[in-house]
Amino acid sequence: MSNAELIATDPGWIILVKGLLVFSTCVVLTLLAIWAERRIVARMQERPGPNRVGPLGLLQSLSDGVKLALKEDLIPAAADKIIFILAPIISATTCFMAFAVIPVTGQVSLFGHQTVMQMTDIPVGVLYVLAVASVGVYGIVLAGWSSGSTYPLLGGLRSSAQVISYEVAMGLSLVSVFIYSGSMSTSEIVAAQGQWWFAVVLFPSFVIYAISMVGETNRAPFDLAEAEGELVGGFHTEYSSLKFALFFLAEYVNIVGVSALATTLFLGGYHAPPGLGFTENWLGGWFTAIWFFAKVAAFFFLFVWLRGTLPRMRYDQFMQFGWKVLIPVSLFWILVVATLRLLSQQGTSRTGLLIFSGIVVAIVMFVNVAFDNAKKKKKNTPRPTLSKPDFAVPELPNKGSDRV
Amino acid sequence: MSDQLEPKASKDVDVNNVEFTPVVNEGPSSLPAQLKGFWLTFRTMFKKTLAVEYPEVKAPTQERFHGRHQLNRHPDGLEKCIGCELCAWACPADAIYVEGADNTDENRMSPGERYGKVYQINYLRCVFCGLCIEACPTRALTMTNEYELADNSRSSLIFEKEDLLAPLRAGMLMPPHPMYPEADHHTYYRGEVPEAHPSQEVNK
Repeated sequence: MSNAELIATDPGWIILVKGLLVFSTCVVLTLLAIWAERRIVARMQERPGPNRVGPLGLLQSLSDGVKLALKEDLIPAAADKIIFILAPIISATTCFMAFAVIPVTGQVSLFGHQTVMQMTDIPVGVLYVLAVASVGVYGIVLAGWSSGSTYPLLGGLRSSAQVISYEVAMGLSLVSVFIYSGSMSTSEIVAAQGQWWFAVVLFPSFVIYAISMVGETNRAPFDLAEAEGELVGGFHTEYSSLKFALFFLAEYVNIVGVSALATTLFLGGYHAPPGLGFTENWLGGWFTAIWFFAKVAAFFFLFVWLRGTLPRMRYDQFMQFGWKVLIPVSLFWILVVATLRLLSQQGTSRTGLLIFSGIVVAIVMFVNVAFDNAKKKKKNTPRPTLSKPDFAVPELPNKGSDRV
Repeated sequence: MSDQLEPKASKDVDVNNVEFTPVVNEGPSSLPAQLKGFWLTFRTMFKKTLAVEYPEVKAPTQERFHGRHQLNRHPDGLEKCIGCELCAWACPADAIYVEGADNTDENRMSPGERYGKVYQINYLRCVFCGLCIEACPTRALTMTNEYELADNSRSSLIFEKEDLLAPLRAGMLMPPHPMYPEADHHTYYRGEVPEAHPSQEVNK
């Protein structure tokens, strides 16, 4: 019985329980994630981090949340009130929705009912995740616009441009996963990784996805939407109290969300790492959830590590990187994967595949060398000396004036 | 208007004729060099943290740290402060208020003629510059290393004389009491008074 068929037999109350579990897990994970991030970044800076509230400071984010909730809720006079209130709600609701299609465990028994920990399994599950993530951007854009203030507007615009650009690269990196697994349903993609994880088979896609998921979630070094030095707080500058807390929640649930998607698509989802397959039957199958969350945690550590290491990028460099590097590279990679897939489906011999791979490698090397040469040539050409042009030019601003 | 305030004309500054120096742009560094940065932050995670767990652990200050003031005593217990107000005059923040009064034979707080009757330091104004300590002619006013001066009301941060006076140590007697036998304020000033003499015990 496939996962989709198994889920289809769920009675209503099981679906309700799953929904509650997804929600509570996400909220608890957010609290833990904020705590973990602060502790890890602190260690990277030779500080201990929050260690006062509760054991090891574990309750710090909970107390911060309570503090936020008890604060005064301000709505600026210039704000568009309805949209101002709606924006954080959009952000915070859409981020949870992605989890509906993420398979967290293999087949388990939930209150005596055989099922898998996945709310629903739709044939276009991954597209659904991308779609929901795009709707989530509206929260940020509308928050920036409705605040009636300059910095939030700039932050919101930046954020929308950023998420749109990186969603293209993200979507393209997923195409090769679809080609390879022959499906867009999350559970079938996980099943297709029984032998080899796609992180190994489709390594370039994995790298592109990992980069673009950081851009997608507005995280350092791509956190230009909330660059403190330039935009105060970015889109959430005018927000306070619970509405701000909702944005905060949305940001972290999004991080966990893209990490969970990465786990599902590239790291074999809830499956144990190769060689540890026997652990999947422990605790009546529930042990697979531990593998799943361990992989998500690894991705989260990557996020924190990036934040602790890299400085924020300049906006134009960031856009150039997205459009001029990530998208062309992923397009080329899709071409290669699609051709390889077609060749192997048509029963081309191993030599044929090897020859094709050789050609691809040769092209990559040629392009690389050509780029290097062009760079050297540009470096070595002397700068043209500026001479007075023979056509009319406007006067330089300071010429002919005594005042500076 | 002086000449210096006049803006210079662009032809004098010659901003449009600066020698051209090409900017050297090395481009992105190599992958190993970038990974080195990641290794650095990863390695730092396992280092000992530098933070001091403050309320539980109190790191000692530097020896000459400017902390709360203290009004010192002579070895027999008489106050060193003579109520001269030089500290109050020296204070750039106007944080010190002193009222002097005359010593009498029945009520002697310090050697010599005068003593500080009212002595207040307002720690909301004090900038801990130490000019009062430099001004004090008798070393009556010095600073301790105590820095925990936070409080939650304005009035409690105005320290009175009782708050600032140094405690009585061994051999000291609580003033008022007469001076050491056959000593005058010069003897006190030179530090020749060792400790309280039995004849100074008038209160008991």
